[in-house]
Amino acid sequence: MGQSRPPAAEEPVDPDLPDSPPPARRAPAGHGQLPVVCAVSVGGGIGAAARYGASLLWPTEANAFPWTTFFVNVAGCAAIGVFLVLATEVWAAHRLVRPFFGTGVLGGFTTFSAYAVDIQRLVDGGRAATGLGYLAATLVAALAAVWATARLTRRAIAWRTRLSTATRLDGAGRAKERKERRA
Amino acid sequence: MNWLLVVVGAMAGAPLRYLTDRSVQRRHDSLFPWGTFTVNVVGCLVLGLVTGAVAAGAAPSGVQALLGTGLCGALTTYSTFSYETLRLAESGARFFAAANAVASVVAGLGAAFTGAALAQALWA
Repeated sequence: MGQSRPPAAEEPVDPDLPDSPPPARRAPAGHGQLPVVCAVSVGGGIGAAARYGASLLWPTEANAFPWTTFFVNVAGCAAIGVFLVLATEVWAAHRLVRPFFGTGVLGGFTTFSAYAVDIQRLVDGGRAATGLGYLAATLVAALAAVWATARLTRRAIAWRTRLSTATRLDGAGRAKERKERRA
Repeated sequence: MNWLLVVVGAMAGAPLRYLTDRSVQRRHDSLFPWGTFTVNVVGCLVLGLVTGAVAAGAAPSGVQALLGTGLCGALTTYSTFSYETLRLAESGARFFAAANAVASVVAGLGAAFTGAALAQALWA
């Protein structure tokens, strides 16, 4: 994939990664990383426990459409659309929030490996149609979920900004009116 | 007991994904999210192998919880994969977005089948 990143795009390609510190502040590899790695680890444990819990609550029979993994992955994609738009465009959250929740919890909750191996098992078990249906349904639903939630979150942010700007402008307008009346 | 194995596996798998992604992303300057692609494909290979080993009776079911549900489950991610695909599409890199979606699914499936075939050859 030869297309070079434009020089302006210094941000990391992985949206889960915390923004890189400016070069001058960048500690030698390994230093200062420990809290981030720990946050990812704890978050990953929580996310995976939630996924495992879902698989116990709603067990899927072998050779059936893996609905539980399907919903886990789609829900995780919907959540990351909201979270990363908020984290990158609104919040000045603590630097461990994104590694903990985005990379850790949501990354540990959703899974690509179970998705692929479930398809492999369906195909090998003679359920190729179910496997292909699951392949396509997860891909389409996951991408649609992240697209829709990111868009809705941006729209909600824009609406709030417009509302507060309108209130401010309205206040300024009234102050001007009072001033004119006094003059 | 399985809960503990899943959590312990995931507490290793998630930081392994983070560190692998960082080190892969440092080594290239293309738009393609090779870091997530790498962990997802490797995780599919290992899970295919582990699932095959447990199914063949060569490994106890605790291994499935520790290395399968825990480690591979947390090593791989659908949420970052879909968000990166969306970001590529939004930034105008439609080709990279489509390539990421297709290549991840094809390579992940290929890895899962390879892992399962390896397990079959080794333990069945």
